[in-house]
Amino acid sequence: MNWLLVIAGAMVGAPLRYLTDRAVQSRHDTVFPWGTFTVNVAGCLVLGLVTGAVAAGAASSQVQLLVGTGLCGALTTYSTFSYETLRLAEGGARFFAVANAAGSVVAGLGSAFVGAAVAQAGWG
Amino acid sequence: MLNEPVDPDVDLHVPPRPPAARRERQGPVVAAVALGGALGAVARYGSSLLWPTAPGAFPWTTMAVNTAGCALIGVLMAVLGAARTAHTLTRPFLGTGVLGGFTTFSTYAVDIQRLVEDGKAATGLAYLALTLLAALAAVWAAATGTRRVLCRRRRVLEERRRALEERRRAPEECGEGGRTR
Repeated sequence: MNWLLVIAGAMVGAPLRYLTDRAVQSRHDTVFPWGTFTVNVAGCLVLGLVTGAVAAGAASSQVQLLVGTGLCGALTTYSTFSYETLRLAEGGARFFAVANAAGSVVAGLGSAFVGAAVAQAGWG
Repeated sequence: MLNEPVDPDVDLHVPPRPPAARRERQGPVVAAVALGGALGAVARYGSSLLWPTAPGAFPWTTMAVNTAGCALIGVLMAVLGAARTAHTLTRPFLGTGVLGGFTTFSTYAVDIQRLVEDGKAATGLAYLALTLLAALAAVWAAATGTRRVLCRRRRVLEERRRALEERRRAPEECGEGGRTR
């Protein structure tokens, strides 16, 4: 059952990342990978919320597996993030490479904290 | 101002594809991403069960998963870049799907948040920096290493092909009388 929850979540999260990335990337013409940035930051916010809700006893561990491990895990990505950073650095866009690495970590961490704080305020 | 296009991204000289056709073409790609994503997520979940991280401990498993995924995407993209022919679904399935589903940014961020909340800020900071460094080093080393190996292999094959061609062109000289192999 646990495995099925992870699979179900991932089968929504991964295409959602792909479609969001395509939608975001077609709406700007900078080299900055806003698509991956968007899904990563959004996923951090949702996982912060879910983890906080589970810690407060407002959500079950099944929700954690379906939405947390499955959906948020597949929605966000470290491999594409790092590859895009490498491509920026190799393409001479050093500033964007550093901005992507630092910005993703800061924004992702920030939204994880916001998600956890909102969960604590709501269910804590 | 009134004459400017509403959506400057749309090139008005290219007739837009009807949305139905676009959706049709997206179907197999979305399916490949979903299937790959499920496989990657299952591998990540399996790793977390095999090597569980105690609360408050350094999340080695997530770091290993993320670093391995970064190395693999470096290899994959180098191979796909050198490949003359690859199935159109290879990259969506393996890159976007499997490796995207395997690696995770959200768990990384929430792991740090929880460590900080538990009063383990130093562990959280070390995990933050180490994962970032390991992931970037892995993708760089894997991509450049694979590109180098593939380049060398192509050069060797090219040389072999040239030598073979030269032998074909002058069979008498070699005394092989037209044998090509």
